[in-house]
Amino acid sequence: MRHVISILMENEAGALSRVAGLFSARGYNIESLTVAPTDDPTLSRMTIVTSGTERIIEQIIKQLNKLVSVAKLTDLTEVPFIEREIMLVKVRAVDAGREELKRLCDIFRGKILDVTDVSYVVELTGDDHKLRAFLDTVGADNVIEVARSGATGIARGDKSLKV
Amino acid sequence: MELSGGEILMESLKEEGVELIFGYPGGAVLHIYDALYQQNSVKHILVRHEQAATHAADGYARATGKPGVVLVTSGPGATNAVTGIATAFMDSIPMVVISGQVQSRFIGSDAFQEVDCVGITRPCVKHNFLVDSLENMADTIKKAFHVATTGRPGPVVIDVPKDFTAPGEKIPFDYPKTVEMRSYSPPTHGHPGQIRKAVDLILSAKQPMIYSGGGVILGNASEQLRAFTRELGYPITQTLMGLGAYPASDKQNIGMLGMHGTYEANIAMHECDVLIAIGARFDDRVTGEVESFCPNAKIIHVDIDPASISKNVTVDVPIVGDVGPVLDAMLEQIKASEKRADPADIATWWSKIKTWQSGDCMKYDLSDTLIKPQAVVESLWRATKGEAYIASDVGQHQMWAAQYYGFDKPNRWINSGGLGTMGFGLPAAMGVALAKPDATVACITGEASIQMCIQELSTCLQYNTPIKIINLNNRYMGMVRQWQEFSYEKRYSHSYMDALPDFVKLAESYGHVGMNIENPSDVDAALDEAFAMKDRLVFMNFVTDQSENVYPMIEAGKGHHEMRLNPARELA
Ligand SMILES: Cc1ncc(C[n+]2csc(CCOP(=O)(O)OP(=O)(O)O)c2C)c(N)n1
Ligand SMILES: [Mg+2]
Repeated sequence: MRHVISILMENEAGALSRVAGLFSARGYNIESLTVAPTDDPTLSRMTIVTSGTERIIEQIIKQLNKLVSVAKLTDLTEVPFIEREIMLVKVRAVDAGREELKRLCDIFRGKILDVTDVSYVVELTGDDHKLRAFLDTVGADNVIEVARSGATGIARGDKSLKV
Repeated sequence: MELSGGEILMESLKEEGVELIFGYPGGAVLHIYDALYQQNSVKHILVRHEQAATHAADGYARATGKPGVVLVTSGPGATNAVTGIATAFMDSIPMVVISGQVQSRFIGSDAFQEVDCVGITRPCVKHNFLVDSLENMADTIKKAFHVATTGRPGPVVIDVPKDFTAPGEKIPFDYPKTVEMRSYSPPTHGHPGQIRKAVDLILSAKQPMIYSGGGVILGNASEQLRAFTRELGYPITQTLMGLGAYPASDKQNIGMLGMHGTYEANIAMHECDVLIAIGARFDDRVTGEVESFCPNAKIIHVDIDPASISKNVTVDVPIVGDVGPVLDAMLEQIKASEKRADPADIATWWSKIKTWQSGDCMKYDLSDTLIKPQAVVESLWRATKGEAYIASDVGQHQMWAAQYYGFDKPNRWINSGGLGTMGFGLPAAMGVALAKPDATVACITGEASIQMCIQELSTCLQYNTPIKIINLNNRYMGMVRQWQEFSYEKRYSHSYMDALPDFVKLAESYGHVGMNIENPSDVDAALDEAFAMKDRLVFMNFVTDQSENVYPMIEAGKGHHEMRLNPARELA
């Protein structure tokens, strides 16, 4: 199953490599990994999207918790949560397709950031499903380039990940 | 008090109660060595190779329970230390390794003797630090010792850029009294609810087994394990790492389990209905094929590391906590409880075990002409009254040492179980001898393993460590040969040791005593003679039977109930 795990870790040199190294050394999947400092500059928040059997996910969580630099961890998939990712996609936009694409962007609440005679750059925010649905609708033939940020997430309600 | 970084380092070690460090100098640590030179509270042991520094510190730690401390230079000094760091990591040994690093402003420039030590060691340390300023030096050292010695112990590396140790720059020194690490808080006491559940299960068992591991020794909980096991009257088996935590000579002890464990221990594991795992980690050498591991058992697992629990085998009652306090709590509840396992069930269980024991799986053929390695280990036990610290290398000799030297006390059996590092034995024995100057220390090794750190004979002379080296010389990488015999139709690909040195002369050239023993009838007398030389290192080269194999054995892919036994036993 797909899991979205958020961790707070000490914002120090090499912290990212401890997590990345753990995943490669133990052969765990990483679908995406995002990291940035939080409101507390000494802490980084990292969000990892991974997949595996129940047992592997349990191991991933335990191994992450075991890292000395990891202060707090939550498996967002266990609670109602919001997942967001930003995607910049360059699509072919010619002739009648231009109007069609514009409409599609509106439906997906995308923004067109750049326009040429033959292409648009579209910005889209959403979860993995939505981003993929957009790409499917546009069609592989029309997609020129995709840049995705990787997912970040936060729990709904007043529960929070804090040290 | 104003001190330089090098002085702060030495003062900090003193504050941590460090008496002995193992190291080797070089450019990046010259300032530190200069500070070392100008103090007398910390004694430095100059090894002949950085790998040996880590193994020696490791042996010191295993024998004393105190962290081993290592000092090496940058680049090749650090990379040479990696094998020993990984060895300590796999066996959860507390160790602090201080490595020099190029000056901070040169980091990343491929400077002379620069390696990314933090990067290289990251997968084989509990944690590591790159000191980022002179101001943070003392605090970093405090944290390093704290992390290395608490929770599940392990090696910690501190990489120290040279400029932060320079004698010219001094700052006020005040060693921190406490550590604060919001991201690190190891568990201590187990969850009371889980402990209650475990006790309930323990007291309703019909065919219980206690399976204890190295965690009991690391957690200094042998006394608790003994009290717990005796109160219950249940059979107990130990892992390779756990030998000595429960006395080998006690009748409840049915021996080591796993790949080269006893027949009775492995069969009992297969048949048991409640398995009580204490400070053990269900290593693949213990479980054999996991699918057929303890098929009928409810499993209780006590371990300080949550990540060890349900990693290889799913357990029914996990208890995360320090083994000592958890055993205390369980014992207290058992004593307070009215409930007991049905004595008739337990008696029936013991009679089954007695039947399995009667097969005498450890029996081997004696010979008038060839020295049997197992017999040497048994004679060694006699010559040392079972009281010696035994450091071992890796191979058949290691298994024979584990099988035939009955350890009655913890911290006496010093071996690389997790990583299986050849070359560990001699430096580890040296570390033990330095930690315990009055103890009897032996190194059981093979002609292949001993050559991997043989240079330490020189260190042993310099610091007068009178260890006894028991070289079980079968002219083979015996363990490799054995696998080739069983699984590769005796195609002995590169497992034969040719062009061996004359070990007697070799020992003598290093200033030690060498002995060559070729006849079975000379074994006892030779051992007595060697151990009578209290202040000399004696290298005993036992020319042993080349064809001997380690039995019993669970081959790859097999379960506990499918052991291969010594042919000698079948003939009996
Ligand atoms: C550094 C290292 N290299 C290779 C191995 C693989 N290995 C395990 S046992 C063994 C042979 C050991 O031979 P020896 O020391 O003579 O012991 P014996 O098995 O003959 O008793 C080898 C090569 C290892 N464990 N460690
Ligand atoms: Mg050999």
